[in-house]
Amino acid sequence: MAFFAVEGLTKRFGGLTALDDVSFEVERATIFSVIGPNGSGKSTAFNCISGIHRPTAGSVQFDGEQISGLGPHHIARRGIARTFQNIELFGNESTIDNLMLGRHQHMTTGVWRGLAMLNGRTHAARDECENRARVQHILELLDLDAVRERPVRELPYGTQKRVELARALAMEPKLLLVDEPTAGMNAHERTELGEQLGRLRADLDLTILLIEHHLQLAMGLADQVLVLNFGKPIAQGTPEEVRRHPDVIKAYLGDG
Amino acid sequence: MRSTPDYYSDVQLFRGRRSWVKLAVLLAVLAILPLILPGYRIFTFNYMAIFVIVGLGMNILVGDTGQVSLGHAGFLAIGAFTTVLMMTEVGAPFLLALPVGGLVTALFGFLLGLPALRLQGPYLAIVTLGFGLAVTQIIGHWELFGGHMGLVVPTATLGPISLSGDVSKYYLIVGTALVLALCARNLSVTRVGRAFRAIRDSEIAAATMGVNVAYYKTLSFALSAAFTGTGGGLLAITTGFISPGDFHFLLSLMFLAMVVFGGLGSIPGAVLGSIAMGYLNLEMDAFEELPLLGPVLESFSDGFMSSAGLPNVGWVVTGLLIVLTILIEPKGLHGLWIRLGKIVGRGGMDTDAATGALAGAGASSSSPGSASAGPGGPPAGGN
Repeated sequence: MAFFAVEGLTKRFGGLTALDDVSFEVERATIFSVIGPNGSGKSTAFNCISGIHRPTAGSVQFDGEQISGLGPHHIARRGIARTFQNIELFGNESTIDNLMLGRHQHMTTGVWRGLAMLNGRTHAARDECENRARVQHILELLDLDAVRERPVRELPYGTQKRVELARALAMEPKLLLVDEPTAGMNAHERTELGEQLGRLRADLDLTILLIEHHLQLAMGLADQVLVLNFGKPIAQGTPEEVRRHPDVIKAYLGDG
Repeated sequence: MRSTPDYYSDVQLFRGRRSWVKLAVLLAVLAILPLILPGYRIFTFNYMAIFVIVGLGMNILVGDTGQVSLGHAGFLAIGAFTTVLMMTEVGAPFLLALPVGGLVTALFGFLLGLPALRLQGPYLAIVTLGFGLAVTQIIGHWELFGGHMGLVVPTATLGPISLSGDVSKYYLIVGTALVLALCARNLSVTRVGRAFRAIRDSEIAAATMGVNVAYYKTLSFALSAAFTGTGGGLLAITTGFISPGDFHFLLSLMFLAMVVFGGLGSIPGAVLGSIAMGYLNLEMDAFEELPLLGPVLESFSDGFMSSAGLPNVGWVVTGLLIVLTILIEPKGLHGLWIRLGKIVGRGGMDTDAATGALAGAGASSSSPGSASAGPGGPPAGGN
C-alpha cells in the first residue's frame, strides 16, 4: 500500500462541490505537486487532509492508517505538518516561540511541571533546552537565526513564509503539506526556496505535498504532478506527461 | 551553535547578578513595608496583593489565551465561600482550606470553559457575565452560605501562628502573590503558556501543530479560576466577613479592566494594572478627599455623573483610564513601558532586569526581554 493515499475525496460546501472524487497516491520521500487554476480545490484538498475540513466523502490513508475524519491535532500527531496559503503564524510571538510551538507534541511539560520550573535542572527547563537545541538547527537550516527573537508579524512577507515552513519542520513530520510557499516572493527567493525544499526531501527523507502556482517550480521539483480544475482531477503523472496533456493545456490556456 | 545548557538562559528569569540584586531589593522592601506603614495601609496592601493574584489569573485567560470573561467575581466568590465553609463546616485548617477553595473554583472554571469551546467574543462575554451574576444569586439564596447576610470568617491559623492581625496576613498574602507570579511566569514561557498564546493568535494553526484546542481552552479557564479562587480565599480572611453582595458585577468588570490597563499578555503589566485598580477600587472616595481638586470633582460628579446622588468619582476615573488606555496605548502600561524604553534608548533601560524584579518577566511580551544581549544578558553571549 502507498505511503499516503487519497481515495474518492469529495468536499461540498452547500451546493458548491469544491472537491470532486479526487484520488491519488504518494510514495515515501517523493515530492508530489498539486497544480491548477485559482479555485480548483487545491487548498480545500489540503484542508481535508489536515483535518480542518471534514471531507463529505472519500478517505485519506497515511502510513497504513485511515486518518480522514480525525481532528487536526490528531492528524498532526501522526506526523503530518502543513503551511498555509495565507500565513497563519502566531504573530505576536517571536520566531523561536513559533518554532517551539511546532515542538508541542514532542514536549512533555504539562501545567504542574511548567508552574514549578525552579531552575535549570527541573524537568520543564530540560524539556525547553533539548527542544530549543533541535529548533536551533532548523533556524540555521532556513537562515532564520538573525530573526530568532523578533515578533514574526514584524518580518517581511517572504521571511514569514520561511518561518511557517520552519515551524512545520520543527514538528519533525513524515509528510509535509506546503501551500504556495513562494507566493509573494521574488525570483531569487523562489529559486532558493525551491532548492531548500529539494534538499529537505533528500536530507530528512521527507515526503512533500506541494501546492504551487509557479509552474516551473512545481514541475521542476515534483516526481509526480496532479492537476485539478473545478475540483476535478484532469491529469496526473510525471511532470513531462502532464505538460503535454491536452486537458491541462486547455485548462491553463482556454479552449482557444 | 550553542551547547544545550545555554538554552536555559532563554527561559531563565533571573539572569546575571543585577536581576538578583533587584529581586533582593524588592523582597527587602516588601518585608520591611508592614513595619513602617501605618496600620490601615497594610490592609490596602493586602487588598492590592489579592487583586494581583486575580490579575495573574485574568492574564492567563484574557491576555494569553484570548478568551474574554466578565464573570470572574463569581470565581472570587466561589473561592472565598469554599475556603470559609471548609474552615467552619469541615473544620479544615486554613492551609488546607485555601487550596481546596482554589481547586473547587478551578472545577467551576473548567465547567465555564466548556461553552467557551463554541462561543467567541461578545457571546462568550454574555455567558461569563451570566455566570458571574448567577453565582452570587445562588449563594444568596442558600442558607449554608449565610444567605444575603453572608458569613463571618473565623480567624485563620497557620500551625501555631494566628493570622489575626493585618501584618501576619500581609506576609501570607504578599508571599502567595509572589509565588503565584513566579508560577504564572514559568508557565507562560514553557509549553502550556505557548499553547495558550498560539490559540489566541491562530486557533487553526495551533490545532494543525498538534495543540488540542479544546483541552487548552478549558485548562486556561480552570487555571484562571484557580488563581482567582485562591484570591477569594485570601480576601475572605482579609475582610473577615463575606456576603454575596461583595462579589458584584462591577468587580468582574474591574478585573477585566486591570489586565487591559496593565497590558494584555504581560505579567508585569497585569501586576501593575492590578495594583493600580486594586487601589482605585478600595479608595474610590480618595479622589473626593484630594486637596483643592477633590471638592471640584465631587461637585462635578454630583452634578453630571451620579445617578443615585452618591459621589462616584472613583468609577469615573476608572472608566476614563480604560478609555484612555484603549485610545492612546492599547497595550496598556506594558506598551507604555516599551515605548518609553525606545525613547530613552537601549542603554538606560534594562527592561529585562526591571521586569525580573517584578518577579515576572513578560514572557509573551516578545520584544523587551528577548532583545537584551546587552549588559544584563546571559554571560554566554547568546545568539
